[in-house]
Amino acid sequence: MDILIPILAAAVRSGTPILYATLGEILTEKSGVLNLGLEGIMLMGAFTGFAVSMYTGNPWIAIAASFLVGMIITSIHGFLCITMGANQVVSGLALTMAGTGASSLLGRNFIGETITGLGKMHLPFLSEIPFIGPILFDHDPLVYISYFLVLFMCFFLSFTKSGLSLRAVGDSPRSADSVGISVVRTRYFYTLIGGGIVAIGGAYMSVAYTKMWGDLMTAGRGWIAVALVIFAIWHPMRAAFGAYLFGGVEAFQLRLQAAGTTIPTPLLMMLPYILTITVLLVISIREGKGLIFEAPSSLGQPFYREERE
Amino acid sequence: MIKGIAVQKRKESPRWLELAIPVAGILLALVTGAIFLSFLGVSPVKAYREMIISSLGDSYGLSETIVKAIPLALAGLGVMLSFKMLIWNIGAEGQIFIGSLATAAMVRYCFIDNSVVMFCLMVLAAAFAGGAWAAVAGYLRARWRVNEIITTLMMNYVAIHLVDYFVYGPWRDPGSLGFPMTAPFPNSARLYQFGDSRVHLGIIMAIILACIFYWLFRYTRWGYEIRVIGENPKAADFAGMDYLKNVVMVMFLSGAIAGIAGMTEIAGLQGRLQHGFSAGYGYTAIIVAWLGRLHPLVILIVSFLLGALLVGGDTLQIMMRLPLSTTLVIQGLILFFVLGGEFFRRYSIKIISERDSS
Amino acid sequence: MSRNILSPLVRMEGITKTFAGFVANSQIDFDVKNGEVHSLLGENGAGKTTLMNILSGLYIQDEGNIWIHDELREFRSPRDAILSGIGMVHQHFMLVPSMTVWENMVLGLKDLPSILPKKEIIGQMESLSSRYGLHVEPEARIWQLSIGEQQRVSILKVLFRKAELLILDEPTAVLTPQEADNLFKTVHQMKAEGHGIVFISHKLNEVTALSDRVTILRKGKRIGTVNTSDTTQENLAEMMVGKRVSFNITKRPQKPGKISMEIRDLSVNNDRGLPAVRDLCLQLREGEILGIAGIAGNGQQELCEAMVGLRKVEAGEMYINQIRIQKADPKSMISQGVRYIPADRKGTGLVPNMNVQENSILKNYWQKPVSRGITIDWNVVYKLASSIVRKFNVDTPSLSTPVRNLSGGNLQKLMLGRELSDEPPVIIAVHPTWGLDVAATGFVRDTILNERDKGASILLVSEDLDELVAMSDRLAVMHKGRFMGITDEPETLSREALGLMMAGIAHEDILQRDEGKGS
Repeated sequence: MDILIPILAAAVRSGTPILYATLGEILTEKSGVLNLGLEGIMLMGAFTGFAVSMYTGNPWIAIAASFLVGMIITSIHGFLCITMGANQVVSGLALTMAGTGASSLLGRNFIGETITGLGKMHLPFLSEIPFIGPILFDHDPLVYISYFLVLFMCFFLSFTKSGLSLRAVGDSPRSADSVGISVVRTRYFYTLIGGGIVAIGGAYMSVAYTKMWGDLMTAGRGWIAVALVIFAIWHPMRAAFGAYLFGGVEAFQLRLQAAGTTIPTPLLMMLPYILTITVLLVISIREGKGLIFEAPSSLGQPFYREERE
Repeated sequence: MIKGIAVQKRKESPRWLELAIPVAGILLALVTGAIFLSFLGVSPVKAYREMIISSLGDSYGLSETIVKAIPLALAGLGVMLSFKMLIWNIGAEGQIFIGSLATAAMVRYCFIDNSVVMFCLMVLAAAFAGGAWAAVAGYLRARWRVNEIITTLMMNYVAIHLVDYFVYGPWRDPGSLGFPMTAPFPNSARLYQFGDSRVHLGIIMAIILACIFYWLFRYTRWGYEIRVIGENPKAADFAGMDYLKNVVMVMFLSGAIAGIAGMTEIAGLQGRLQHGFSAGYGYTAIIVAWLGRLHPLVILIVSFLLGALLVGGDTLQIMMRLPLSTTLVIQGLILFFVLGGEFFRRYSIKIISERDSS
Repeated sequence: MSRNILSPLVRMEGITKTFAGFVANSQIDFDVKNGEVHSLLGENGAGKTTLMNILSGLYIQDEGNIWIHDELREFRSPRDAILSGIGMVHQHFMLVPSMTVWENMVLGLKDLPSILPKKEIIGQMESLSSRYGLHVEPEARIWQLSIGEQQRVSILKVLFRKAELLILDEPTAVLTPQEADNLFKTVHQMKAEGHGIVFISHKLNEVTALSDRVTILRKGKRIGTVNTSDTTQENLAEMMVGKRVSFNITKRPQKPGKISMEIRDLSVNNDRGLPAVRDLCLQLREGEILGIAGIAGNGQQELCEAMVGLRKVEAGEMYINQIRIQKADPKSMISQGVRYIPADRKGTGLVPNMNVQENSILKNYWQKPVSRGITIDWNVVYKLASSIVRKFNVDTPSLSTPVRNLSGGNLQKLMLGRELSDEPPVIIAVHPTWGLDVAATGFVRDTILNERDKGASILLVSEDLDELVAMSDRLAVMHKGRFMGITDEPETLSREALGLMMAGIAHEDILQRDEGKGS
């Protein structure tokens, strides 16, 4: 029990950046836009968060700035895919490259600097619940915000008018268009908001988790998030489960390293990536063709109203 | 007076656009990159001059550009194959690493002191290893629809860490002063280099492979199958083409060529396997294939251009202390602009003036 | 409906719309009054749907004006049209398949609270459905519903938005005759309440039965508007097609030969893994056409796909010339002489971005003489493609034209040419005349009948009952994956009996019931 609690608490912490990225991508994909640029957006978010934090000393301004930067760079992808009808896979890859490159170019003078970052916030009463308290309610505020975001997104997608419109745009843009929902506006809105949330995931890495900036510090978490969206079958609750699973593996691996295991580090570092493939394989086999019906059916397809056969 | 803009779908796109779009894309990317650089306090004129002079300015620069173009061309041809079938193999980087790992294993465990035999052994090992590595993702994709973008990408990380495991661990050269690298390869495990340049046999292999692929897609049954599957998988099914078999075979071949790219890089150039020896060739290869419009011969030309960009990037790092990622930004920008340009292949845009409409 | 009844509900004047050089509508005038059914009659491609898409805000006209109750309106998007009281039931229903009926009902409505009041919505919906006799389960998901139910949802959706004008685009194409009768009742009810209704169709009998006025379109132009009471079907037909055409399909009497393909107890699943074909038996004999009638989505598609090896057989056996097929994959079925004309021409039958030559060898690219060793002999392909183009009158600029640039009729001719050029013993044709104009339709029908005369066994799936009855030697009706009956004399089968079978009542039961009535 005593060993388990810190590992599980660490799982929540290290799962949080992936969770933000996954939630952001779920919103984007629900509108029918595939954004593979997560890795680049997260890195830009992480850099922005770190730099703004260092200059202002205020982590909240830093996170707001990351959100904004995330939206701005995602708008390139949005413009290419929504307005220009470009290939969404290639555009996403370009975003990853540009974001990765730009973050490391901009961040070259920030390596080795430190910030105070975002501290812990004990939640009264909740953090005192045995077992659950220290695991779930003994973290920084961004973790709590992510809990809220998961619950809010579940509610939003199932019970609200705007959630209904969002799902319709992703599942059947023609139908949505015919009842007067603007497909283009909806896609832009959720692609940008999604990009902003992904960037917060990156900012969490630098502002709350490591409190430093490192080149390529997200180490593939953006791609893991893309995989988790599929694993989660586009459901925020399952996204949380998946993200914490990955957080757990990472926490476990760090603990093993710290304990001085004989397993070589490079082999341990492979774990999350192998797990990603495994998880994706399991869900693909289990759901079979059903996965196609769960995915937003216009995912990756541009929409033009007057296109004629 | 401009009254409005009319966007119309084209039936056929004019031929000059085929060239104009990539050229304009690269130019616009360089202009945007310049703005970005001056924002960082770097003179873009100076930076670009350094880049051009160092990569294309003299015979040494040109030879270095070709040296970089070799892995790009090979890996680019590899990913082109899978892209033709609308299978997104983003894993060339990992396949390069696995190919080089197999090469190093051959040198370490099956060394025969004859350069021809050794060459064949290394090619076979690298091709088989890279191919098998990619075929796994292909099989998962074809059999269970596991998203190949994610699997190939995840396998990149796995491959890089796997190479790290060996070069940090059991294969580390005791005489390397702690650097993560293997011992230098013996001479008969090195590829022939032309004159006193660093250009190696890999260039011949790239040219031959490009010609073979050109022939494959134009004249063979298999090339026809790959094209049909890529254009319309349902029609391919209808025509009795075996999706699973073809995807696995194409992915194998795709990975095999990337694996060979890894082999030429370490046996032709670096002479040993070391940590992080590929500076993202596998990712740049995606741009090469895309800019080359998946045409094998055009890919050769594009790989030369991007080779020059990479050489220029190295120069920036040495002369102006800019990180290598500068070129990554420019690569991303090129892709953005070329993607935007594709729009004009599909649509024509007319500006309607007052006079026209009255 | 308190507005001025005397002014037309909708008036369109001088509407012109062009798509990439193709004139879909040219200077069309059209108007609808309250309490009127106004039909738009025309062949496929005449521009009916385009005109109505403009009225519903989906397309924006290049020229022309729209008035609603004498008030000039400019529709920039479907929202503007909906706000003006215009609702359209599209031929391909605009419903979100993954959502429930009630969710589709309120999709896009602005004047609802942010959190959806589900109970109220369902209550409102049910009062509408009982008023118009459009019953449907509000909690069901759209993909679970039959086509007829989906149409009811679509109509309800438009009524829910308080549309004053309803546009129904080819609504009967997907219904049984009885369902169509019910639809007509609903239309009459709406008309009595003062709604204006636009009825798009190319079926003369329905147009004359239902409408007050008819506007005829041909090739994007308005030919005329007539009162239904002042005209005849023959007259309308002539206006629609331009010259007198005979609708007769002439079929030579012929004795069927031996059984060439047989299916025993076949079960097949659909894409979602649910049973689509259940324990089905059928025989195809030489020189006959077996027609299959039924509402879309009752397993016809899956049956055909299984017969050509495209879909996994869950249970049952298939025989060709009395020999059991062990492995039913597309290649071996092709080799056994089974040819397939799929409904989805661009999606399944052809590769739109490839040219005419490349498309002409899709079925035999691996066989001699097209294939030589591992290569393809493009000289042979050129000859093959030009002979198909010549024999089947494919109108194409060249053999190197990508087929995406060909018209629907020419696509179908190219596909027929490819599938039928080697006189195959078995032909499976699904909706072969769907969406074609009269000339191309005639050509396709003649070609298929010609193959029958030459001794081919043909399975014909169609939604056009007239076509089926006229062409088939035997006719089966399919419902939920089973045959409700097979008749050797399709001409003698009454429309009513056909409709009952399409609705799931077995042929014997109908016969028994008729006997019961008689005695």
